Amino acid sequence: MTNVAALLMRDMRLAVRLGGGAPIGVLFFLIVVTLMPFALGPDLALLRRIGPAILWLGALLASLLALDRLFAADHEDGSLDLILMSRLPLEVTVAVKALAHWLTTGLPLVIAVPVLALFLDLEPRAMAAVALTLLVGTPALTCIGAMGAALAVTLRRGGLILAVLVLPLTIPVLIFGVAAANAAVVGPMPFGPPFTILCALSLISFVIGPFAAAAALRHGLD
Amino acid sequence: MTIIDLANPSRFLAFTARVLPWLVAATVCAFAVGLYLAALAPDDYQQGATVKIMFIHVPNAWLAMFCWTVMTVAALGTLVWRHPLADVAAKAAAPLGAAFTFLCLLTGSLWGRPMWGTYWVWDGRLTSVLVLFLMYLGVLALWRTVEDPSRAARAVAILTLVGAINLPIIKFSVDWWATLHQPASVLRLGGPTIHRSILVPLLVMGLAFMLLFLTLHLAAMRNEILRRRVRTLRLMQAQAGA
Amino acid sequence: MILDLGPYAGFIVVAYAAALAVVAALIAWIVADHRAQQRTLKDLEARGIGRRSAAKEVA
Repeated sequence: MTNVAALLMRDMRLAVRLGGGAPIGVLFFLIVVTLMPFALGPDLALLRRIGPAILWLGALLASLLALDRLFAADHEDGSLDLILMSRLPLEVTVAVKALAHWLTTGLPLVIAVPVLALFLDLEPRAMAAVALTLLVGTPALTCIGAMGAALAVTLRRGGLILAVLVLPLTIPVLIFGVAAANAAVVGPMPFGPPFTILCALSLISFVIGPFAAAAALRHGLD
Repeated sequence: MTIIDLANPSRFLAFTARVLPWLVAATVCAFAVGLYLAALAPDDYQQGATVKIMFIHVPNAWLAMFCWTVMTVAALGTLVWRHPLADVAAKAAAPLGAAFTFLCLLTGSLWGRPMWGTYWVWDGRLTSVLVLFLMYLGVLALWRTVEDPSRAARAVAILTLVGAINLPIIKFSVDWWATLHQPASVLRLGGPTIHRSILVPLLVMGLAFMLLFLTLHLAAMRNEILRRRVRTLRLMQAQAGA
Repeated sequence: MILDLGPYAGFIVVAYAAALAVVAALIAWIVADHRAQQRTLKDLEARGIGRRSAAKEVA
């Protein structure tokens, strides 16, 4: 098994276990979406109209919650130092960990969308649009968040400052994700442009995120 | 004396002591002229006298972005060239940038009330500045959270650089979002072009605020160097067991 | 010098006053911080804890 595959499998296995954070992420998503009607009222017409926004916000917050564990758990038991010493370039290591994180935390959110869309009375078109935009957008959230997680890794209670640092940077992804999801439903604006920009943002984050996170880990742990 | 010479903190302190009085004088003069011109400026045909708020709002918007640029250059100094004063420059600029961004938002809000009838409007420009303000607060939080100064400097440097890359993206996204939700056109500053009678006071006030920033930044850097000396001495004292 | 600031004079005045207040606060903080650091440095020096370069100058 190559280094990359080994690291990927290890991270995924750890995430899926109890206390790993993967099942909790989806549960948090469910709870947040459930909270919304309590605040907004049960009017299905309203919920249907802002449904894509609710799902996006819920997914964003759920992603953020799980990011804390990206490096902190390894740092606590010392395995982060071992991983840093491996022959893999640190950027690749971070990218692999981010991929594992997304597969176990981000992807389940996307899969949960059809179920949650029922609670918000979204029609199938809207459901599909939200799921597709989240599929493209959650990797961006993971990569941007990886940088924040790396900066906060040595801090106790780093979770909150991680959120403060990462959330402003995720605003473009949120804007275009919701816009694309809404465009598919409401029209008259076409789905294409915001979706393309969303894809571009994700691709950019695949580069910036791992590089910034690797730099942060290098400078933060010596 | 070259820039490299200034890298020595003691020489930098000497330089600061010489330059600061002149900067203070220049700042005061610039503000005197600027405020005089602002008072005399004619009323805008659309906005009336409230255009005078612009003489504070716009320079602070320029400074808000300029400060992040200063922090970005300092961040490169820290990470790439390891220039000793880069950390100090970055840390000194952060609270100043946050303050100017806050003033920009506050005066923008006070400008907006007569203009749009509400204290806050989610238009492209104000919203972008609000996000910038949040990012400044994030930087300030990170400075305070990491204890070791050089490690804090490197962490903040990375955040500043990523922020610098993201700021154009955020600006573009927010502008796009604003036009999506507000098809009505937003009031432009006094029509298609700014008349010279409004432009000149604006530029003078811009210069005055820039001089103010340079003065405050230099003084804050001086304080930060002294603070680090105190810390070093205290560490020596602790190690000596005194 | 009497300025006619129009019907929204209050907003203009508050804006300028706020700018003055924020700038004054920045100046006050920097000046007070400077004094505090100077005081601490003098205090440490008085206790005999000096910088290596300062000691070298004397010797």
